[in-house]
Amino acid sequence: MTEEQRPPIDRRTALKVIAAATAVPAVLAACEPGETDLGRPSPGTRNPLAVGTPSDPDLLAPVVPWARSLTPDELETLASLCDVIIPADDRSPSASALGAHEFIDEWVSAPYDGMKKDKVLVRGGIVWLDGESDRRFGSRFRELSLVQMSEICDDICYGPDAAPEFQAASRFFDKVRDLTATAFYTTKEGMEDVGYVGNVPLSQWDPPPPEALRHVGL
Amino acid sequence: MAKTQNEYDVIIVGSGAAGGMSALVLAVHGLKVLMLEAGRNYDPVTETPMFQLPSEAPLRGGGTPEKPFGFYDATVDGGWQVPGEPYASADDANFLWWRARMLGGRTNHWGRISLRMGEYDFKPYSRDGLGFDWPMTYADVEPYYDRTEALIGVYGSNEGLENTPNSSPGVLLPPPAPRVHELLTQKVCADRMGIPVIPAHLAILSQRQDFEGWPARLFPNNALAQRVVRESMRSRAACFWATPCGRGCSIKANFQSTTVLLPPALATGNLDIRTDAMVREVTVDSRGRATGVHFIDKTTRIDEHASAKVVVLAASACESARLMLNSRSSVFPDGIGNGTGLVGKYLMDTVGAGVGGQFPQLENMPPHNQDGSSELHLYIPWWLYGEQAAGKLDFARGYHVEFGGGRRMPGPGAFGGLESYTSGAYGLRFKEAARRYYGSWMWFDGRGEMIPNEDCYCEIDSDGVDQWGIPTLKFHWKWSSHELNQARHMQHTFRDIIEAMGGKVTSTVQDDGANAIAAPGQIIHEVGGAIMGSDPRRSVLNQYCQSWEVPNLFVTDGAGFVSNADKNPTLSIMAIAWRASDYLVEEMNRGTFG
Repeated sequence: MTEEQRPPIDRRTALKVIAAATAVPAVLAACEPGETDLGRPSPGTRNPLAVGTPSDPDLLAPVVPWARSLTPDELETLASLCDVIIPADDRSPSASALGAHEFIDEWVSAPYDGMKKDKVLVRGGIVWLDGESDRRFGSRFRELSLVQMSEICDDICYGPDAAPEFQAASRFFDKVRDLTATAFYTTKEGMEDVGYVGNVPLSQWDPPPPEALRHVGL
Repeated sequence: MAKTQNEYDVIIVGSGAAGGMSALVLAVHGLKVLMLEAGRNYDPVTETPMFQLPSEAPLRGGGTPEKPFGFYDATVDGGWQVPGEPYASADDANFLWWRARMLGGRTNHWGRISLRMGEYDFKPYSRDGLGFDWPMTYADVEPYYDRTEALIGVYGSNEGLENTPNSSPGVLLPPPAPRVHELLTQKVCADRMGIPVIPAHLAILSQRQDFEGWPARLFPNNALAQRVVRESMRSRAACFWATPCGRGCSIKANFQSTTVLLPPALATGNLDIRTDAMVREVTVDSRGRATGVHFIDKTTRIDEHASAKVVVLAASACESARLMLNSRSSVFPDGIGNGTGLVGKYLMDTVGAGVGGQFPQLENMPPHNQDGSSELHLYIPWWLYGEQAAGKLDFARGYHVEFGGGRRMPGPGAFGGLESYTSGAYGLRFKEAARRYYGSWMWFDGRGEMIPNEDCYCEIDSDGVDQWGIPTLKFHWKWSSHELNQARHMQHTFRDIIEAMGGKVTSTVQDDGANAIAAPGQIIHEVGGAIMGSDPRRSVLNQYCQSWEVPNLFVTDGAGFVSNADKNPTLSIMAIAWRASDYLVEEMNRGTFG
């Protein structure tokens, strides 16, 4: 049922195939619990039924259908900022090592209203950040020391505490922080960092471990 | 115009909960059935993205107008807006109409919450003088609830609570053990608030079905039905407690029409399915009997006609109402079966309102797997029947509470807003804060009963037509004070629960229900539009989903609902569709339909 090469299948044929599959004993063996690769499509599998439109994308072989729009220079500044927000430590890599800046490019380049607004905010913020770095330290943001970077970021990292002249920049920082966190924590490495241990097939579902119950006083 | 080759006994429009159930019941009893589905063919076994991470998807899997519930959501070609298929709302109505143009319809992505309507729910008018009574009682439908639950597989427990019916012994599958945040909620609600927190009922196989026992009990003396249902049940695996149900399920552990109803129906050899077939109208003869349907083949854009002895509409409540209103003839100038003018009237959705909270005792939780079924393990059934009867509440009907949180797979938006807990942390402080706060948020959502009213209806929009040339709908909507007051009660109750648990409310608690209530259609529980009843002058259908005026026209989806209890409608749609289909078979065998 997963032949990739054949031409678009006749819809009735496809439905007969579904019917046949339910009667094939080989399918049953594959449905016994505990088979860990169960239901997981093999790499490179394509979905012959998906049309490939935005409302019917191939969920098994995702592609980003729009072009990215940030310049290499903008991406470089952004990568530096992403790594100030989420640096590497002994548990996990830095945000840019997991492609956070590239994700932000993907995000702000998307053809949706909210993202179009974010694009203005992010591109404008990058200009401001490099300009502010130059005003304070005579260099691009990417060339600053961590201490110098933090000096700027401390002024813009929290809107309620930011001075009036840093309000706009704090909105930029907030947006980049949110997008960096999304990029980072939706990866395998980011999930492991916070201790997400699911997304694995289990042969049975157990009650919470005693230490978890004790943790909340149960 | 092309004609279909075969003369069918029954044409079914739609392939979701109602269409799938109708097709299965009719096909196993030997009727020749043609199903027409407006969307494309869809096969969860081969198409479901199991285990994929958000990082593999565009926008980290986040929602877009084309994929409102996220990239991996099972729905394709669906949402509150479908390209080329517009609808209109009257001023201030703001109705949102969800459609899922795919085989199996919205059963592919739904929340699997499967609550029975209770005795009260079938006779609401008799209890409080509002709305309408159903033409049947809970006892009439109870056997079909048992059968439906056994067929599709539902986990849950019998708690014997008021208007929260037990299933017959052996019907339910065991409920999964609750997660930490659910146990905490249960304890605080029980100890301090007198609110019951009990296992939820969901259409998910917590263990494999008894595929040797159930087929004969569900279909006695029907070897064909027993064979196809046995094979279907055998092909379903138990849940392996990973990957969200909303993506669909390639191992068929949850209920989708496309994995549970359509395969055995097809295996009878009595069902043909045409996908990409958008039905325009039901045709009638000079006596006003349905003769078939006109539909547009979306791949050729050609209008075709299919004939049958009986037409079953199962296209979803509003789509079925639209079809009836668009089926105009000299016999039915206002739409087929619409002599009363009630088609399109008394639309209902579910009252929805929610509050979120953050819980210090959930911070720094020892890591452990909290995926579970990906859906509810526990819920709060409506518990204030006594107060309502005593006149202590300013709304007449109940709601249940769905709640969740914990250490779910981080998705788009993960740790957004963390700066407000840390005065703007970044750097290693941010990483440490994420570890500390991960899994410490919960949400509480009310799902309440709306009472039907005269101001909530749809009609054909005189200005509107879709890309298939079919006139479109215009919606009208107005909540009553019952719904708005109920939404306020939800807000205050959830705040109280969160605070009793020692948490901090993270969303704005509204004192005006109008600011809290979800937009009409947003909860995607719309029902009504062709209400059933016992009086042909005041209803469109009888209790068997049969048109009073056109005996060979049935509407087995939510359009027939005369109330919308807080029990999410899908299970009831299937139970009522099964009951109607049994009746249809009997009438067919008696020769009623020629």
